[in-house]
Amino acid sequence: MADALKVPTMAEYMAEGKKPEVLFWVGCAGSFDDRAKKITKAFVKLLHQAGVDFAVLGTEESCTGDPAKRAGNEFLFQMQAATNIEVLNGYEIKKVVTACPHCFNTLKNEYPSLGGNYEVMHHTQFLKALLNEGRLKVEGGKFKGKKITFHDPCYLGRANNEYEAPRDLLRKLEVELVEMKKCKKNGLCCGAGGGQMFKEPEPGNKDVNLERTEQALEVNPEIIAAGCPFCNTMMTDGIKGKEKEDSVAVMDVAELIANAEDL
Amino acid sequence: MQIIAQILFVIALVAGIGFFARNIRRIIRNIKLGKEVDRNDNPGERFAKMARIAMGQSKMVRRPLAGALHIIVYLGFIIINIEVLEIIIDGIFGTHRVLSFLGGFYNVLIAAFEVLALLVLVGVILFWTRRNISKLKRFWSREMKGWPKNDANYILYFEMILMILFLTMNAADYQLQLNGAAHYTSEAGIMGSFPISQFLLPIMDGLDNSTLIIIERVAWWAHILGILFFLNYLYYSKHLHILLAFPNVYYSKLTPQGEFNNLEAVKKEVELMMDPNADPFAAPAEGEEDDEPEKFGASDVFDLNQVQLLNAYTCTECGRCTSECPANQTGKKLSPRKIMMDTRDRLEEVGEIVNKKGKYEDDGKQLLDDYIQREELWACTTCNACVEACPVGIDPLSIILDMRRYLVMEQSAAPNELAIAMTNIENNGAPWPYNQMDRLNWAEEK
Repeated sequence: MADALKVPTMAEYMAEGKKPEVLFWVGCAGSFDDRAKKITKAFVKLLHQAGVDFAVLGTEESCTGDPAKRAGNEFLFQMQAATNIEVLNGYEIKKVVTACPHCFNTLKNEYPSLGGNYEVMHHTQFLKALLNEGRLKVEGGKFKGKKITFHDPCYLGRANNEYEAPRDLLRKLEVELVEMKKCKKNGLCCGAGGGQMFKEPEPGNKDVNLERTEQALEVNPEIIAAGCPFCNTMMTDGIKGKEKEDSVAVMDVAELIANAEDL
Repeated sequence: MQIIAQILFVIALVAGIGFFARNIRRIIRNIKLGKEVDRNDNPGERFAKMARIAMGQSKMVRRPLAGALHIIVYLGFIIINIEVLEIIIDGIFGTHRVLSFLGGFYNVLIAAFEVLALLVLVGVILFWTRRNISKLKRFWSREMKGWPKNDANYILYFEMILMILFLTMNAADYQLQLNGAAHYTSEAGIMGSFPISQFLLPIMDGLDNSTLIIIERVAWWAHILGILFFLNYLYYSKHLHILLAFPNVYYSKLTPQGEFNNLEAVKKEVELMMDPNADPFAAPAEGEEDDEPEKFGASDVFDLNQVQLLNAYTCTECGRCTSECPANQTGKKLSPRKIMMDTRDRLEEVGEIVNKKGKYEDDGKQLLDDYIQREELWACTTCNACVEACPVGIDPLSIILDMRRYLVMEQSAAPNELAIAMTNIENNGAPWPYNQMDRLNWAEEK
């Protein structure tokens, strides 16, 4: 890929008097974190491939307020929410897709009572819908037969009861899907939620991400699939901590689908 | 003589139930010290959830062995209580096996009680073994030292004794019926069927009737007095879940676990801040001048809502929450079970002050710091594993969040790195110090 991606903004759509099918909420990690940016780009490629008419807010997007709320700063959260809702409602957004379960949970569950009502989908749910509609082809490319385990993000799984969309996509890739002992409802957190991503952990005898990485390594995967930029970072760090980065990769479900076909 | 026994029985019954009623009133009064919260919506869905999780024990069986044992004890507890009904009637009116007119069905009932009693006895012994011999980790955590550990064992001993008394009573009664003792024998033949206690007959066989009557009476009295004592022990133990699990599940959160409540008080302030027409220097409206500004978050039990306080009374300290907690698993101080135990202990302490002085007077203590340490609160990843694990719908996470809210909004006491992340969000719309104007740069990068 030599060319820059075509990523239209809502402002551009507005100027042309058009409305996209869906708003892609990129999120802070997806915008700024080097690892997460790759996920963002992979997802954009898939959107292009499926012919989805989408736009992003670009510089008009701001943190949903999730880490602030979960750290106890309800003021900051509601300020962020109010600002974002003003922008989203200004553009008359109806449908939002995001590759971050934290943004997903906040936009879907916590914005409505503050005046922001949208249909919000996690990118794995959206990709699965595209697949069902026949707009996106997901089939075994280079990951066919590879042993992959999926790490459930807390804010997609337990928080919103979505366990199957990412797994359905992985099955379509004809991978050998193996489950960790602690999965789905019982999945162990990667250690990043509740604002932990931005602080040092409290004193203990181990880091949560190492514990989770060990659980993943128990099933000997070639790839640990994730559906959250923060989980991705935590698991990647865990794999490095275990000096397994040469044999085990951590990849987002969107990256797996995009890379399967060398998009 | 008989009439004295009847009078004594009625006195014991009234005292036992009366004292229990007093304790229940205290629990309700203490729960009402919390803030009101509306959880009366969707009664159908709430009832279905209660039927599934509390009555149906659906979450208990996620751990199959403990779940199966618990169902035995639960069913035993409910079904054997039908026998208590007969005991009470017999006790008041001086009758003997008053329900035996049910005939064949009565025999089936007594047989079922006996089988269940044995199963409960075995179940409780296994529970004791898991706690004291296998030493399951969750029963030996930091917060389980002293009273919580003893309390759990007392309850198990109690249940063992009650079951043994029940079977002993039946065995002696059966032998008396076989001997044709007066008052015990019916013309209709043997009352009851004794598939378990019949095995105790070899012990009873050689005894004379007066000894057997003493054994039967002692077991009968000890059994019913034991039940009345146990009923009143509940309030002082961790065992209230046998009653409170039902309302607790009924009032538990129906919205997605990831949805945290939006504070109304903050909503008003933010609306005011965002309103371009608001006058920042406006005097408070008539009548509102003296209103105390709303406190954000929770530092004591009064700041929690009534469902959170009901949660605290319901917790039976099984520790499934703690064993699933990522922070606890990795050696951090946080234990969701301790959050619930601390909340209840503090609520009880406050309740004691109300008992003594008629109302709460500041005792210089609070839930935060005096019970729950900040280090515990900041170790939480808000992953909901504790909420998911609880078999009776307790939400320790909501208390952790409310206490974090107090620390951040009332005390500005967030850990430094978190405070920096929040400042970043405030200044540039991301938890990292990147310029919001660079938010779309990724699209240009190759």
